[in-house]
Amino acid sequence: MSDWETVLTIVGLGLITVLTRAFFFLPRSELPMPGWLREGLRYAPLAALAAVVAPEVVMTQGELIDTWRDARLFAVAAATAYYFWRRDILGTIVCGTAVMLALRLGLGW
Amino acid sequence: MPADAASAPTATPTWRHPEFRRGARDMVGIALGIAAWGLVTGVAMVKSGLEVPLAVLMSLVVYAGSAQLAALPLIASGAPVWVVWAAAFCVNLRFVIFSVQWRPYFVHLPFWARLRVGYFTADLNYVLFMRRFPDPTPAPEQLPYFWGGVAANWGAWQAASLTGIALAELVPTHWGIGFAGVIALLGVTYSLINDRVSWVAAGVAACAAVAAYALPLRLNIVVAIAAAVAIALVIDHLPRPRGRSRP
Repeated sequence: MSDWETVLTIVGLGLITVLTRAFFFLPRSELPMPGWLREGLRYAPLAALAAVVAPEVVMTQGELIDTWRDARLFAVAAATAYYFWRRDILGTIVCGTAVMLALRLGLGW
Repeated sequence: MPADAASAPTATPTWRHPEFRRGARDMVGIALGIAAWGLVTGVAMVKSGLEVPLAVLMSLVVYAGSAQLAALPLIASGAPVWVVWAAAFCVNLRFVIFSVQWRPYFVHLPFWARLRVGYFTADLNYVLFMRRFPDPTPAPEQLPYFWGGVAANWGAWQAASLTGIALAELVPTHWGIGFAGVIALLGVTYSLINDRVSWVAAGVAACAAVAAYALPLRLNIVVAIAAAVAIALVIDHLPRPRGRSRP
């Protein structure tokens, strides 16, 4: 791909960012949507987050992990415990990351 | 242009509004995770073979980490432009779902304002905004809160991403620094769980995302959202059990 083609590709990707993010509020016309769907979408933020997080924790290269000696599992356990103890996200990040780095760099997990 | 579209002159600029600071503060709490992810994405852009000026352009223009990561190998392998775009569109499908929920808050804005707002409605802006304003009716404090979150999210992301581009050879990616971003999202996930139905929805989404992981272009996330929403709806509409017996 030439540089100019890459620039064109990148600009197009920027347009896709804005078009997908504004997809349903860019047009002003009435959007017919059943009430139950509107109600159900309350759970979409939670579902999207859980869906991003879970595979990052329990999968490697598209396969379920088959060992408990994985730094990520202990990092998540520590982060979970910290969160429900203190309800503080910054502390949760620091705690989980510290456990992960300790196990990965210390034990090579 | 309709009269209501012309914005009335406001006494205080958006960034002086107290909700702007609140929006920024909520986001700063997870900025460490955002930054870790941005750093990893910055490094990945350069390591995929993208020249530094193009990587900078991509970071500043595209501003969508997972779409960038999906596009990189395609660009590197010289795939046709439309294939790269189609892939990015699929990866961004979750935003299309989110935009349904954004609509009542933003649809009254003028066109260019909607476009501007739309560009910055990243995942975490969506999650924090919906947590702060669950009632889908427009209110004057919403936009300041939104822009405060955008300032923090965009700032943390771009600073980290550009750092990653500049220091691509020095950042020890094998440490798994990007996992700090996952833990940040985990914390935000927990903060959204407030009853039994939401526990079930999160569990269903997590299982569905793992089970459907083989789908290309992160479509497993779309599947997971659909599954969780469906299950939550079913549970919400089940007739309530009368006199549940407890041991």
